[in-house]
Amino acid sequence: MLVIREICGWNVWKVLYSRGVKMVTLDIKNMDVVYKRPETLIDINTHYCPGCTHGIAHRLVAEVIDEMGLSDTTIGVASVGCSVFAYNYFNFDFVEASHGRAPAMATGIKRVRPDRIVFTYQGDGDMISIGTGEIVAAAGRGENITVIFLNNANYGMTGGQMAPTTLPDMKTTSSPHGRDVKKMGYPIRASELLSTLQGASYIVRRSMHNAKNIRMAKKAIRLAFETQVRGLGFSMVELLSTCPTNWHLSPSDAAKWLEENMIPYYPIGDYKVHPLLKDIKI
Amino acid sequence: MTREFWKGNNAFAEAAVRAGLQAYFGYPITPQTEALEYMSNRMPELGRAFLQAESELGAINMVYGAACTGARVMTSTSSPGTSLMMEGLSYIAGTEVPMLLVDVVRGGPGLGNIAPSQGDYNQMVHGGGHGDYHPIVLAPASVQETVDTVYNMFDIAEKYLTIGVVMIDGSIGQMMEPAEIPPMLEVRKDIPDWAVRGGKGKDRRVLTSIYLAPEEMERTNLRMMKRWQQIERDEVRYKEYFMDGAKLAVIGYGSSGRVALSAVREARSQGIPVGLIRPISLSPFPKQLIREVAEQVDSILVVEMNSGMMLEDVLSAAQGKTHVEFYGRMGGLIPFPDEILKEIERISKGAQKDAGHPRDLWLERMESIVQ
Repeated sequence: MLVIREICGWNVWKVLYSRGVKMVTLDIKNMDVVYKRPETLIDINTHYCPGCTHGIAHRLVAEVIDEMGLSDTTIGVASVGCSVFAYNYFNFDFVEASHGRAPAMATGIKRVRPDRIVFTYQGDGDMISIGTGEIVAAAGRGENITVIFLNNANYGMTGGQMAPTTLPDMKTTSSPHGRDVKKMGYPIRASELLSTLQGASYIVRRSMHNAKNIRMAKKAIRLAFETQVRGLGFSMVELLSTCPTNWHLSPSDAAKWLEENMIPYYPIGDYKVHPLLKDIKI
Repeated sequence: MTREFWKGNNAFAEAAVRAGLQAYFGYPITPQTEALEYMSNRMPELGRAFLQAESELGAINMVYGAACTGARVMTSTSSPGTSLMMEGLSYIAGTEVPMLLVDVVRGGPGLGNIAPSQGDYNQMVHGGGHGDYHPIVLAPASVQETVDTVYNMFDIAEKYLTIGVVMIDGSIGQMMEPAEIPPMLEVRKDIPDWAVRGGKGKDRRVLTSIYLAPEEMERTNLRMMKRWQQIERDEVRYKEYFMDGAKLAVIGYGSSGRVALSAVREARSQGIPVGLIRPISLSPFPKQLIREVAEQVDSILVVEMNSGMMLEDVLSAAQGKTHVEFYGRMGGLIPFPDEILKEIERISKGAQKDAGHPRDLWLERMESIVQ
């Protein structure tokens, strides 16, 4: 029973238990636990929509924090958007920034507590629309913080409006006939933009549309935190993410849509890697 | 301690340093910039945090982050910068973390100018940021008073987990006066219980201003209002001059209060029974005092460097118990003592009561003054 509870979490276990799932314990008595909830991920249901990749990103961050033993030195900065309640899911200190200002808030924390690990968790509307000034300034300063940046090409929380990252011709609630680049301009590629700044040490783009890419994303998150631990300056991982609800697609179709439409516009890759990070093997 | 010649902006910066300031974040804006420049040298020299932010938005949110760690933190700016900081101030208020802002006020609205003004009264005292919150706003009238106010403001802000604002007119930031800077306090080593520090599990702390359930938000609003009630009871500050037997009370704060004192002194020497009340705490406003004064005097003259923003608070406190008049200069102008003396003489000769709103009557008189 304990094994199942470890694997699926207390809430799911309660449901299974109430439905009479008890006998399986006999069958897996002597098996090792190979996959379980990270310690720093709180055992509650999230508010995210089915198929949304925020849950995956949360888990990857929590796994990295656990593996690096940083859970009692980390302060997270949540932003405004779907991940506004991110602090409910991580079992360590968190603050909640105003819209777009998470990098400035993280800067304030890091400057008075330089021995702590400080990261922001931001979406595309937050980071590269309203918060463009703050993210560019923080990266330019080489602020020793880590940014986890989820790009799902729309404003999820407010119901799917056009973001700076919305693809050309993509329909949203505020570009109902598709994003006309002549009138609404072109998408901003944040990783490419930030990688031009000398202060940035680790800028990469990954995706979360399949298992292979999720594994690559985790390695990148690990390297981003390693950048900060080593005091090498600003690090950011852009994670291409799905938004099945606002894209009006099933979770699996959303993953496919991401692969076919977002990756060509937002290529996965390492945009800037500090030389001292190149030798790190994860 | 010795008295030294200090420029206002440098003096309040050093006073904050002496009070155990751990971090300063700011952005250049006249007439406040000397404070930023001073800190850029002084803070690193002491191994403390200094950063010139990308904007006032950046600066106030850096302050917000540092305040969440329980550090003594401040920023300073001038009116247009204060407008930009309003968003951050509302969040800081809603998160219930202490900080200090020094606002060196200049002429406005818009880009306005860089001359001294009191046009930030409404945006500072009556909010400006969204939602229900009240910052403590103190308005000193000299370099020495600014030094002492800044030096003590951290303790007050931390006591009530609130925003402490020291609002000075551009003139006080720019002028040089002899001042005594208090002794250097040690930087606090401990972390307050409520502050984030990097804790997990049971030691985990979350600081936020979001309360999605209206009932929970209201509980927070009420908690803050309870604290505000205590502030209104215990933190009212003002100075009285020549109020014994006064038939006319002049009310002014900061530079206009200081200029008014010269006028009141002159009027007293002419035998006019006039006194001065100089509120130092604009928020909490000395309502009780003004109510009592309104019952004793024949008239009140409010003097400001704006169009009568504190006037509304005086009218509300006086509750129609006495005749109220107003005299103000705007646009970055400081009234001369002679101008205020003329007003005192006019009112003491017997002003026409109930002739209209004090602001309307002042605007009529201004027509001849500005020509």
